[in-house]
Amino acid sequence: MFDLDRFEEIWLTISRNKVRSFLTGFGVFWGLFMLIIMMGAGAGLQHGMFEGVEGFATNSCFLGAGQTSVPYKGFQKGRQWNIHNSDLDILMHSIPELAYVSPILWGDRTPNNVAYEDNAGSYTVRGLHSNYKYIENPFLSQGRFINEVDILHRRKVCVIGTKVYEELFTKKTNPIGKYIRVNGIYYQVVGVASGVSDMNLGGRTSEAIAIPFTVMQQITNQGSVIHMLAAIAKDHYSVKEMSEKMKTVLKVHNNISPDDNQAVWAFNMEEVFKMYQYLFLGISILVWIVGSGTLIAGIIGVSNIMMVTVKERTKEIGIRRALGAKPMVIISQIVSESLTLTALAGLLGLCLGVLTLYLADVYWLQQAENVFLSDPSVSFVTAVASTILLMLSGLIAGAIPAMRALQIKAIDAIREE
Amino acid sequence: MILLEHINKTYHNGAPLHVLKGIDLEIKEGEMVSIMGASGSGKSTLLNILGILDTYDTGKYYLNHVLIKDLSETKAAELRNKMIGFVFQSFNLITFKNAMENVALPLYYQGVSRKKRNQMALEYLEKMGLKEWAKHMPSELSGGQKQRVAIARALIARPQIILADEPTGALDSKTSKEVIHILREVNKEGMTMVIVTHERAIAEETDKIIYLKDGVIESIMVAK
Repeated sequence: MFDLDRFEEIWLTISRNKVRSFLTGFGVFWGLFMLIIMMGAGAGLQHGMFEGVEGFATNSCFLGAGQTSVPYKGFQKGRQWNIHNSDLDILMHSIPELAYVSPILWGDRTPNNVAYEDNAGSYTVRGLHSNYKYIENPFLSQGRFINEVDILHRRKVCVIGTKVYEELFTKKTNPIGKYIRVNGIYYQVVGVASGVSDMNLGGRTSEAIAIPFTVMQQITNQGSVIHMLAAIAKDHYSVKEMSEKMKTVLKVHNNISPDDNQAVWAFNMEEVFKMYQYLFLGISILVWIVGSGTLIAGIIGVSNIMMVTVKERTKEIGIRRALGAKPMVIISQIVSESLTLTALAGLLGLCLGVLTLYLADVYWLQQAENVFLSDPSVSFVTAVASTILLMLSGLIAGAIPAMRALQIKAIDAIREE
Repeated sequence: MILLEHINKTYHNGAPLHVLKGIDLEIKEGEMVSIMGASGSGKSTLLNILGILDTYDTGKYYLNHVLIKDLSETKAAELRNKMIGFVFQSFNLITFKNAMENVALPLYYQGVSRKKRNQMALEYLEKMGLKEWAKHMPSELSGGQKQRVAIARALIARPQIILADEPTGALDSKTSKEVIHILREVNKEGMTMVIVTHERAIAEETDKIIYLKDGVIESIMVAK
């Protein structure tokens, strides 16, 4: 039952006391403004943190060999052991949760260890399996990643990082098929890759050279030794359980005591991600608590002022009731007033908050280097949720004074001189 | 028009105060009566009950053959709006609305469109000789003018009765005469009218004077 008359009445009473309405509205405005700013900053922090790990398989873990700490089967403690190629098959066969596993081997990184024509540079060299692409999701701007045939035939091929390409191929020529020298041996370039994420294992993908791990084993004369394992769990399986099983299998096949907690180390990406997720969940809960607290303080201010308004207008309300204003009309009048005031102030806060976030993003964050914030914004759902919260609080803020207004008897009000 | 049968009213503010002790009264259609009495005699309480602004404890009150008892606030508001026009001592105009809007207010609560009710308000203001003051705020009007606006407001909803509570209490004697003259004119058109007053001169202008004393009707004097 919207009509112009009612709106005019509401506007009249709000604008009759401009300073007071402004100050009251400011409480609500500030509450919502702060809520939006804080939520935006929280989201920005989250985006900033997760941007660095985007594309990286979160359901992955890394394992490596350490020194044994328990004597077992005639071996003394303190033995240095290694994971071998044979362990790969055993792991794949005995652990059903395991989706992909890739060995990782490290090559030398000496000054100017990589060269092409007149250019040279120092880059990380990694021996990888083709499965590694599932772990890091490298983005291939040219060519392909290492494949299984490369591994099987120990082809001397390599995938170079984008930065490597930029620094070695200064003339921007097509690198595919060209030979570059890595640690004294020539490899044919088959692809140019950049890691989507900033996560790095001994160096960013964009600044690294990847070669088949079998080639790395042969060239560095390491037999079948593997430096590190990267593994991905199948969907809906716990990475923690999988890595425990992998440890057990590795211990059994390498004569390590089941009680030895130091012989195999494991790094669980899932847990790290979970930790971050909980951290940001905590932050957003905190933001909501603080933000809605500020908002509630503003709402109480509105309710207070409406109370004063009702008190002030006792006589007017009495007259209206004597002239035939029904209780519902009085209630809706007071509630609409409070709702209009909160809605106006709150939506202004919402809009200015969003605008501030946008301006901060465009004029500060996108220009600045090394900021840990990125894309601070609030989702549409959040905006709708806070608008609903606002409307509800406006209703509640108006309801209490409206009940008070109802208790005013027409006679008392008129008699009041 | 108005029929009161043994109305009793007790206030319970601390010590119970028996204000009306069995009032029996009949006011016929088109009559203009006044109620007089010392302060505390119960005349205002009686007027409030007549105006459905207050409730009574026992007895019966018929307004235009309708029993007024135990009404919800919504129903009471509706009856007040349609059947009763109020004129108060202190005018009780809404200060931030102009004369025309004040007069139109009862029609607003009936849901009459703005255009129509403003037009009607202007008609009634014209009757009161205040057409050129329609856009003035109450603070820009004299006491007599304010009371005439209030009378226009009381009349606009075409009520059955007009209840006036000390309508001349805040006016000088010259303006008082004007106001009572206007009320008389309205009465001549057939409007039933009840006026509470303590001014004998005003009471003597009415058809019937009802004297209240300590919550009972002491006497009723019919004017010649």
